[in-house]
Amino acid sequence: MTSWTEELTRARLHVVSGKGGTGKTTVAAALALALATGGRRVLLVEVEGRQGIAQLFDRAPLPYSEERIASAPGGGEVHALAVDAEAALLEYLAMFYNLGFAGRTLRKMGAIEFATTLAPGLRDVLLTGKVKECVNRTGPDGRHLYDAVVLDAPPTGRVVKFLDVTKAMADLAKVGPIKGQSEGVVRLLHSGDTAVHLVALLEEMPVRETLDAVAELDGADLRPGAVLVNRVQPTRLPARSLPVAAEGRLDESRVRAGLKTAGLDLDEFTLEGLVDETVEHAIRVRSQQDAAELLGQSDLPTLELPDLTDGVDVAALYELAEVLVAAGVR
Amino acid sequence: MNRLDFDPLLDDLETRVLVCCGSGGVGKTTTAAALALRAAERGRRVVVLTIDPARRLAQSLGLRELDNHPREVVVDGFEPKGELFAMMLDMRRTFDDMVLTHAGRDRADQILSNPFYQTISSSFSGTQEYMAMEKLGQLVAQDEWDLIIVDTPPSRSALDFLDAPQRLSTVLDGRFIRMLSAPARASGRGLLKIVGTGFSLFTRAVSTIVGGQLLQDASTFVQAFDSMFGGFRERAQRTYELLRSPGTGFVVVAAAEPDALREASYFVERLSAEKMPLCGLVANRTHPVLAADLPAAKALAAADDLDRSGDAPLAAAVLRLHADRVAVADREKRLLARFTRAHPGVPLVGVPALPADVHDLDGLREIGRRLAGE
Repeated sequence: MTSWTEELTRARLHVVSGKGGTGKTTVAAALALALATGGRRVLLVEVEGRQGIAQLFDRAPLPYSEERIASAPGGGEVHALAVDAEAALLEYLAMFYNLGFAGRTLRKMGAIEFATTLAPGLRDVLLTGKVKECVNRTGPDGRHLYDAVVLDAPPTGRVVKFLDVTKAMADLAKVGPIKGQSEGVVRLLHSGDTAVHLVALLEEMPVRETLDAVAELDGADLRPGAVLVNRVQPTRLPARSLPVAAEGRLDESRVRAGLKTAGLDLDEFTLEGLVDETVEHAIRVRSQQDAAELLGQSDLPTLELPDLTDGVDVAALYELAEVLVAAGVR
Repeated sequence: MNRLDFDPLLDDLETRVLVCCGSGGVGKTTTAAALALRAAERGRRVVVLTIDPARRLAQSLGLRELDNHPREVVVDGFEPKGELFAMMLDMRRTFDDMVLTHAGRDRADQILSNPFYQTISSSFSGTQEYMAMEKLGQLVAQDEWDLIIVDTPPSRSALDFLDAPQRLSTVLDGRFIRMLSAPARASGRGLLKIVGTGFSLFTRAVSTIVGGQLLQDASTFVQAFDSMFGGFRERAQRTYELLRSPGTGFVVVAAAEPDALREASYFVERLSAEKMPLCGLVANRTHPVLAADLPAAKALAAADDLDRSGDAPLAAAVLRLHADRVAVADREKRLLARFTRAHPGVPLVGVPALPADVHDLDGLREIGRRLAGE
């Protein structure tokens, strides 16, 4: 495990991606809380229409507006926004074409949904456009309204396409308001203000997908940030027992003797169960270690988050945020 | 709890199609492959259609290339009573083939070279789901297998699988493309009158945003596609009907995690609303306690004793990891009980996690045993 870098501290847009099922949304929320710790104001954004943030913070679905959803230690606050492409398109139409009322009618007809499916890139351009607007927005004092924006982005398989606005725009109009604004998005996403973090698990497939994503990000000239390793299980076994146990050759008599010392006189069946549990644990830990070694190839700062046996609730998010703060996130 | 019993299901010759669905990352592909292997070993002639399998899983089935046709799984020492075929879906090729089947040669060329078709066939979010269904339809029509097991695309939400074909149909149906491209083509006055000035403004705005060229391509595409659209929709409709037929069953796969189970719940409700037959829920990768007679609290207290004396570090570690395991198992049981309370009629089977990744037939066979509750 390494720690957060100076460079990452300077980023204002933190994009969080990862293989499906790795806990991307949970990690994005914990990161937002960690960044807000010490009195900063952070916006957590989701773009996939899943209302994952609302579920995580155990509250009603988020409307298309920025709501304060949590306080962070030291007076910080986390706001949340669920961006939806249709609403973003309507926002543009209203802004540039004075299409407020008609826009709503068209939405009912399904025309907006249609326009955003017609050009698959359009949806992404609209979503990233809204994110850029949030990152750059300033308050009355001329300072940025949000100190940082955390984006719960699409999974690794789709994230580069999602962020590669230049490519999406190649298919779209060469002039007009969206074109102008997308140039600003491109500048932001490829600048030092943006870091793309990848959530991984210490299993072979998620690690391979993470490495592929790093290469793909590099290829698209996007900046990989940190690898956030989620659900790391504790290693219980003494280091010298681990390889032996993983081979299934656990010294049963020693375990039995140890248990006796502790006053546990277990029947054969229970003892066998304990041995099997231990062997499984050892195999898992060993494959975690192999995966961690493979992950080392990425050469990125790598932060580990513990597996929470009780599951993830709001309190657990604060616990994970603390781990991130301890690893230098700010 | 109502138990999902796979062996009778796999042995029943009336079972012709099994669809494995669930949200991303829950082990759908592995489950599909393990069920197919087990069915073949129990005597069925099976084909498994996988979507984007992990490389090593594909290799274990002898799938080295994406050639869009089922190949018999031939592996040393694998001699099933029945037969096992496997394939990976090539969505672009399936779409191309469909166009070639339904449109005349000239028309087909026109469609295949249209830039809008290329966008739709490679990056539209519903295409993979649609093509998986199309391929399933083809496999059924070929009538060479007595059991077809289908994996579904790795979508975020399990429901995408049912909705995507409809979404794609709506786009290809072309009502809006025609409307949008009408002013560009001719006067289009009639249309404007019908939908009002809002639409004309919208058309202008959209064409400014997406570009006139794209609208033009879309419009050309739809005109060329029109001739085959009837056949296209009919096909989709037939596949949908197939999913409702008695020989079909849905297997919902979920991890014992809140998100995956929530998706599974939506899916179960949706299947029932659509009158599609549900076999049950696979609660994948559970961690049942293997030394059930030793309570966690007792184990922890004993571990504390041992740590204090420092005598038996190995035994202390064994006790602590047992307590971890009890906590995980309790949580999984709680989550599954919640699911069962909400859906009491849905049969369920827990599949204990293997400690390491599966990358050969032996691993798949072991998962098959666990799926069958052995």
